[in-house]
Amino acid sequence: MGVEIRVEGLTKTFGRQVIWQDVSLTLPAGEISVLLGPSGTGKSVFLKSLVGLLKPDRGNIWIGDRNLPYLSENELYETRKLFGVLFQDGALFGSMNLFDNIAFPLREHTRKTEAEIKRIVLEKMEMVGLIGAERKLPGEISGGMKKRAGLARALVLDPEILLVDEPDSGLDPVRTAYLNQLIVDLNAQIEATILIVTHDINTARTVPDNIGLLFRRELVMFGPREMLLSSEEPVVRQFLNARRQGPIGMSEEKDVSELEAEARMGADPGRLPPIPPQLLPSDGRIRRTQHPPGEWLRANGVQPPPGSFIDEMGRNWLEEWPRYVAQHGGAAMPAGAGPAQAPPPPPPAQGPDPHQPGPSQGGAPPAGGRY
Amino acid sequence: MTTAPGIGANRRGDQAGAKTGGGRMAKFTDGLVNIAVKEPGRFFALCLDTFRAMFKRPVQWREFIEQSWFIVSVTAIPTMLVAIPFGAILSMQVGGLIRQLGAQSFTGATAVVAIVREASPLVTALLIAGAAGSAMCADVGSRKIREEIDAMEVLGINPLHRLIVPRMWACAFIGLFLNGLVSVVGLMGGYVFNVMLQDGTPGAYLASFNAMAQLPDLIQAEVKAFVFGLTAGLVAAYKGLNAKGGPKGVGDAVNQTVVITFMLLFLENFLISALYFQLVPQKGM
Repeated sequence: MGVEIRVEGLTKTFGRQVIWQDVSLTLPAGEISVLLGPSGTGKSVFLKSLVGLLKPDRGNIWIGDRNLPYLSENELYETRKLFGVLFQDGALFGSMNLFDNIAFPLREHTRKTEAEIKRIVLEKMEMVGLIGAERKLPGEISGGMKKRAGLARALVLDPEILLVDEPDSGLDPVRTAYLNQLIVDLNAQIEATILIVTHDINTARTVPDNIGLLFRRELVMFGPREMLLSSEEPVVRQFLNARRQGPIGMSEEKDVSELEAEARMGADPGRLPPIPPQLLPSDGRIRRTQHPPGEWLRANGVQPPPGSFIDEMGRNWLEEWPRYVAQHGGAAMPAGAGPAQAPPPPPPAQGPDPHQPGPSQGGAPPAGGRY
Repeated sequence: MTTAPGIGANRRGDQAGAKTGGGRMAKFTDGLVNIAVKEPGRFFALCLDTFRAMFKRPVQWREFIEQSWFIVSVTAIPTMLVAIPFGAILSMQVGGLIRQLGAQSFTGATAVVAIVREASPLVTALLIAGAAGSAMCADVGSRKIREEIDAMEVLGINPLHRLIVPRMWACAFIGLFLNGLVSVVGLMGGYVFNVMLQDGTPGAYLASFNAMAQLPDLIQAEVKAFVFGLTAGLVAAYKGLNAKGGPKGVGDAVNQTVVITFMLLFLENFLISALYFQLVPQKGM
């Protein structure tokens, strides 16, 4: 079971430049979270701070009951054994072949025999589709393969926390889809707490349980996927729908005159697109930390945009879910979310105003719902 | 933050301030402080951390041997090729002068002073800094920018213990041998040049050599070489581990490594020589 990460009032500066300040969020144990933000907002810096590679200026990072910035060097190295990290380019050791790269953590930290190591490494390589490339050096393989090998290495010690830095950059859409599925499957299997830093909107919309958005040195919002996908907050809305209309500009943010001009031109933020159903594990199991579709919306009385939760087969998951749970193991359901306790909400009525703000979208936007 | 223009707009003013004259001055002072205090401080901190990491178990023998072999492979032949003409040119310069003074039989003695005491540690320093240090810095620096060092730390492995300590020892260890190699090859070069081309006699060369040379000469040279090796290893590690900004950053780090190492090694050479003359009484002729 994964470990909860609680970040409180975290601030990081490089010299005079503030990267982000007062970031507070909780990555719930065993859940998948995605951290979004325009380029250069310090997402990777945040990720590196979570593993103690960078020391924040202020704030706490609680990994279970250990406060990361205040650990001694030895304690820090011990705590890092909970982590698996996939760096942007895989960060494989250039002098070792893929097999040795993936076997490295096992050889360093365990007393397993070479036969056991071989079994584990091949198993992980098969999982990421790299069988046959054991003897290749990192310099001889493509970026996508490096990334998958990096993921295999991050997984080899069965981490309780998995941090993934841009799994989709440089990958084709098909491989990205496979990688996303792999992350969801892994979560179902090892129940690690997963944080993905990405730019890929499709990943952000379909994979996680929670989404956070960094912009202008602040965490604009962090909360359940449905909260952000149904949010009318301009930055969140613009980013999650990849639009030009909104506060985010080409360089960083638009100034007031640009926004006024945009308003004069009558730029319509448009309707919110439907919320897609969340990706399920490929073996059909329900993840222990899976939230039933519509849970947050129902709890907060928010109407989802029309067409939400309908998959490519035309199934409406708000209606399908109780049946699915009955078939695939009710025991795995979070308390109070089973079909007997909570009848499915009525399918979204066609035609109501989708822009009607929910109760949580009024004043202070961040950290809504359970967080 | 619910309305569009609000987000962070009030903080724009701070940024604009940094571009004014005051900001430039602050930048300048920052730079000075960086050079005078922060960099040496960080380097010293790295030295202390490396010292602590030295006693960690398990000892990285494999890495040590691989690195030693690597350093030998990049330095042995250039060392010899530098040492031969070095010995020869000393014989030529000093031999010519000594012949004019009518003391040709003392050419061997000059070789002790020039080659064993000074030239061999310096040639070793040049090779260790120029060949081994730069290669080491490039290796560590490229690992740094490929995030390999970060990955290693995240995997719970201390890169100082795993990478830097064995490299530093390898540098110092091979420095000892290189120094010996330069001494021997340089003396042979001087001997051949003196005996074959300058009509010196072998007996005079060796006798004057023995009259002047003493064991502490070799020991101080070896101590120098060892200290040079440690220094080169540490500077290369420091610059490599702090490389940033892509391949160009690594290039800059290598460049700085070579320059800083040279300066430090020449300073150390002077200090150790001065100390040696104070501590060890010299032989008379």
